[in-house]
Amino acid sequence: MIDASGLTKRFGDVPAVDNLTFTVGPGEIVGLLGANGAGKTTTMKMLLGLLAPTSGQVRIGGRAVRDVDRRVIGYVPQGLGLYRDLTVAENLEFAARAFGVEVPSLEEAGLGAISDRRVGQISLGLRRRVAFVVAECHDPSVLVLDEPTSGVGPLGRARLWETIHETADRGAAVLVSTHHMDEAGECDRVVLMALGRGVMSGTVSEVVERFTTVSVASPIADDDVVRLRQEGATVLVAHPGWRIVGLDAEEVSRILGSSSDVSESPSSFEEAFVALST
Amino acid sequence: MSWGADRVTVVFGETTALQEVSVDLRRGQIAMVVGGDGAGKTTLCRTVVGLENVSGGVVSRPPRTCFQPETSGVWADLTVLENLQFVAGGYHLALDHSRARIDELLEVTGLAPARDRLGRQLSGGMRQKLGVAMAVLSEPDLLVLDEPTTGLDPVSRLELWSFINRSAQEGRALLISTTYVDEAERGDIVVALDEGRVLASGSVESIVDSMPGRLFTASESLGETSWHRGQAWRVWSPDGADVPRASPTEPDLADVVTVAALSREMS
Repeated sequence: MIDASGLTKRFGDVPAVDNLTFTVGPGEIVGLLGANGAGKTTTMKMLLGLLAPTSGQVRIGGRAVRDVDRRVIGYVPQGLGLYRDLTVAENLEFAARAFGVEVPSLEEAGLGAISDRRVGQISLGLRRRVAFVVAECHDPSVLVLDEPTSGVGPLGRARLWETIHETADRGAAVLVSTHHMDEAGECDRVVLMALGRGVMSGTVSEVVERFTTVSVASPIADDDVVRLRQEGATVLVAHPGWRIVGLDAEEVSRILGSSSDVSESPSSFEEAFVALST
Repeated sequence: MSWGADRVTVVFGETTALQEVSVDLRRGQIAMVVGGDGAGKTTLCRTVVGLENVSGGVVSRPPRTCFQPETSGVWADLTVLENLQFVAGGYHLALDHSRARIDELLEVTGLAPARDRLGRQLSGGMRQKLGVAMAVLSEPDLLVLDEPTTGLDPVSRLELWSFINRSAQEGRALLISTTYVDEAERGDIVVALDEGRVLASGSVESIVDSMPGRLFTASESLGETSWHRGQAWRVWSPDGADVPRASPTEPDLADVVTVAALSREMS
């Protein structure tokens, strides 16, 4: 459904997105992950037709984005894009009329009880649910979500993800940007970006399985931290002990002059992310 | 030596922002407070540092307590170095001592190359790290950080956590709020809040052990005690009875906090 190929965007000489290729099929949820500045937002803007690529292209349903009917795409920005001074029902009606579709039922979405409340007066969790209903009022076949559950409690988050999965189960292609391991685990696949490039894609398990992190139980002297960093390692203070990404146990033992208290363990998703991003 | 909040209640007008919330803060330990928007995390942080009046209960803290609010407290028009020097001046730190301490903090936070950059020119991760560096500059005994990792990408978050862990290793007590349960698992103790009330509290292990009933996984939703998690569904059986078409599974902290919220929603 979404097919990005060799997607590149330069701002002057700076490549914000550099030769990025990925697909999101119908019914699939793909997570787009990257450090701040990795190019996620630029990628999403090109996908939404808000920015023209310098080279490469994004096709939606086989058509170039500029030729795609806007009703095909649903988008929930991080700021949610709701009108805070309008009620929940008025927000939905506004969006439905803009897209020329019937106003969906708030009761069916479980939001009937708050239909007359102003958006600015309801909790963030509810605002996020309203933003979903608004973004989906025209039954889009592509849904783009920027940090969809930011600031929501665990149960509210689970409920939002149920909605996202229901949308995918209806056949929509869903692209989600997120920063969190818990969220990444909800995606069928993740695409990891660093410095504008796609550095890896796969399931979260596939990403994590590729990496190991060295744990050091005893304190590391400042000089050794410097030497580890000079060898390209990322040295992290854990609680307790230390975690070293980017070198194996043998190399770490050599630098520290001792293999006691040094062991390898599976990387966390964040540690794998650091290994890929640096 | 321990500090913290003991059955603290905070009321704003007709709203009870915190209801009999307790958190125990000890040297070298990290206490995490987790919950969604409006759960009471910020109020608890502000109450512990003395910025809110309590209607009931007791708060205790050491004289040297530092607080980093959610907005990081970095001055946009000062450079990284000037921000740190300004705070050092505010604490009347001796010049030699503060110079050495600032240099050390710039190194461990990785901010040294950005020392002359203005606050407004920093990325979110750098700004948060600078905020924490400013908070630890005076070497407080208790450090309270309100959502320091919100909006940070995984790399910045891990770097910030490395700095936070170092601060605990140095013997500080820390209270940190977050909206993410997986992040809360990094703490020695966790307090999960919902609408100002404690959903669960204690060590991760004790919270997980305290879950009533049993937990199952299923390939589809099996009613109102089901929720989506990862690539499957979780199903909570409040009375521990077997659930048809579902397999038993061991809960983790996120499951137990969700169960607690679900239980409250259903009651």
